[in-house]
Amino acid sequence: MARALGEALRRSLAEDPRTLVLGEDIGKLGGVFRVTEGLQDEFGEARVFDTPLAEAGIAGVCVGLAVAGWRPVAEMQFDAFSYPALDQVISHVAKMRYRSRGRLQMPIVIRIPYGGAIGAAEHHSESPETYYAHTAGLKVVVPSNPADAFTLLRASIADPDPVIFLEPKSRYWAKADASLEGLDGDGALSGNGVGNGNGAGNASATGANGKAALLTAAARTVRDGSDCTVFAWGAMIPRVLAAAQAASERGTEVRVVDVRTLVPLDIDAIATAVRETGRAVVVHEAPLTAGFGAEIVARIVEEAFDHLEAPVARVTGFDTPYPPATLESHYVPSAGRILAAIERTVAY
Amino acid sequence: MIARPALRAESGGRGARAVQFGTSRAGRQVRSRLHESDSVGLDVAATLDQGDGILRVLPVAPSDGPAPAAGSTSPAVDVDQQDLREMYRLMSLARRADLEATALQRQGQLAVYPPLIGQEAAQIGSAFAMAPDEWIFPSYRELGAAVVRGIDLAEYLEFYRGTWHGGGWDPVERRFGMVSVPVGSQTLHAVGYAMGARLDGRHEATLVYFGDGATSEGDVHEACNFAAVFRAGVVFLCQNNQWAISVPLSRQTAAPIWRKAEAYGFPGVRVDGNDVLAVYLATRDAVERARRDGTPTLIEAVTYRIGPHSTADDASRYRSAEDVAEWSERDPLARYRAWLSGNGVADDAFFSAVDAEADAMAARLRDGVVGSTPRPVEDLFAWVYAELPPHLARQRADALGDAGSGTGVPDA
Repeated sequence: MARALGEALRRSLAEDPRTLVLGEDIGKLGGVFRVTEGLQDEFGEARVFDTPLAEAGIAGVCVGLAVAGWRPVAEMQFDAFSYPALDQVISHVAKMRYRSRGRLQMPIVIRIPYGGAIGAAEHHSESPETYYAHTAGLKVVVPSNPADAFTLLRASIADPDPVIFLEPKSRYWAKADASLEGLDGDGALSGNGVGNGNGAGNASATGANGKAALLTAAARTVRDGSDCTVFAWGAMIPRVLAAAQAASERGTEVRVVDVRTLVPLDIDAIATAVRETGRAVVVHEAPLTAGFGAEIVARIVEEAFDHLEAPVARVTGFDTPYPPATLESHYVPSAGRILAAIERTVAY
Repeated sequence: MIARPALRAESGGRGARAVQFGTSRAGRQVRSRLHESDSVGLDVAATLDQGDGILRVLPVAPSDGPAPAAGSTSPAVDVDQQDLREMYRLMSLARRADLEATALQRQGQLAVYPPLIGQEAAQIGSAFAMAPDEWIFPSYRELGAAVVRGIDLAEYLEFYRGTWHGGGWDPVERRFGMVSVPVGSQTLHAVGYAMGARLDGRHEATLVYFGDGATSEGDVHEACNFAAVFRAGVVFLCQNNQWAISVPLSRQTAAPIWRKAEAYGFPGVRVDGNDVLAVYLATRDAVERARRDGTPTLIEAVTYRIGPHSTADDASRYRSAEDVAEWSERDPLARYRAWLSGNGVADDAFFSAVDAEADAMAARLRDGVVGSTPRPVEDLFAWVYAELPPHLARQRADALGDAGSGTGVPDA
């Protein structure tokens, strides 16, 4: 996935001379995860540059760069390091279009490596999607595989509105994802998985002219099934697929929907899946209370209540701080916990 | 120790008295409204008070008369006479509009308003030094700078009437950012803009306003640091009005504000913020540096907030009437008027005309504010995103439909 993201940045830089890439250690080092490797050599220090170590500063200057007509793509080095930038993101990045009555656009992408299960130190494993999804004016995107990472990042950079782009760091260098064959020259998605949930997904990410198009609600069904739907995103998708495979071997066919865009949320795809399967489980790494799963459950209740045959289950992190690495396997939803929730839901 | 304004990055070898304002040819070329032949050839005072290291042109109080104070340096004020008068006119309009806005708030026409009275020189002197196409990023007390930019003040006051966040003007057309309340946050926007201008190869200055309280905020530190590192041509104009609501300067910083610039690696200068010429000349100098090679400057304009923090504040709870009275003696408008008058730059006919214009402007402002109505409900959703996403389209339909009007049951 790291290479797919780098390729998306490279093509956006090549295509649009107004695109900039900035952040901490993203120049010579290529980022601590090597996502930006080679970009500074190719595009120069004017367009790909290291900043001082100051996250609020990074987000704040992105606002000014946007006013000056640039399209900044900023990297926050780790999830918890994005918190110093929250005031700029919430009070300005997200609201500037609104408060200026559309006169100031904020085509800003803030890339944030997020999530745990990598044995990292404190402040390196958090899942902050709810903070951003709760802020009007932001779009929030989470890819789960290299092809989506490429396409969604291209669409996010092309989008005229600010996008929080959460990258599951445990998938950056996953061997199962190592192939980049799914990327074509225009950034269209190849047939990864089963296909669209409602047709809005893949088509939205690539315009007719082959250029990256606007980011729209784009949930995607990555495994078909009729007994239960599991909704998840990012690094949870492989675990959910593992649980679905295990369930299948036990005779339960699970549909897996990769939500991909938390904002805008593909409510129609979610409702359709629940209407067709009657049961649902939501999985995320972030804590349970007020996690984004709560929003999905609420939408299911609003849109598909009459079709529900069981309470919607949630499998999430706990309402604790993200734990030390030696305990994180108990915190991050495992395939086993997900499977147990599926079985409880189907047996209800 | 004796503080000394470091007006020029390269002025380190000069004596404390050798303060020179920028008068370069390059500066004149970019500012077409300055013409040497029309400039006032007065040998006026730019006093360098050895006690407080403050740069000053005008006598401290009007009663001190127009003569240079003893021991002062004497650079000529090479400013076009018409510009000298124009700054007075703009200050007068700002004063009058500010009083009108305060009155409008007292009459329930504005939800809240932060008066700028006492800070007209700091705002007009600095904003006037900018070329019209150079950006200014205000905080929330910069009605004076908005006057310089020709912004419709009824649109400016939309923020305080609760009509629209940010204000109603077009920031791109006016090169004037939206009202920014999170203290100090706008400094980073100015730096980002200046970085962007530099990337485009444009040699221009960007001006940002903030206060003494904002210097405690991390954003201001990060902005100064980014500006220095990236050579972003920002003029950081700190209006040190002595009070951050109820907390005095001594609780914000233990060091002189202007000297913090040295730690970032760019010039800092302290000016008498109630002296429009000192502010103008110091800003013009900083603007020239910014245009020339992207050198930022921190200007500490020492002034005083004669009014409350906002109309919701009771300043008598934390400061003395004597202090306010003492600073009122240094009223920037009265000082400048005395100087203009004493040096024959403006006569009574001019002052009368300005007063009449200010009254007419205030009447129009009042009509504009009182006559304005809330934006339509549709505006709730109009600019959240470039295109209305499906979930917001549903909420918009709810708000505009029956669900929006509800059952008519009172809220409380």
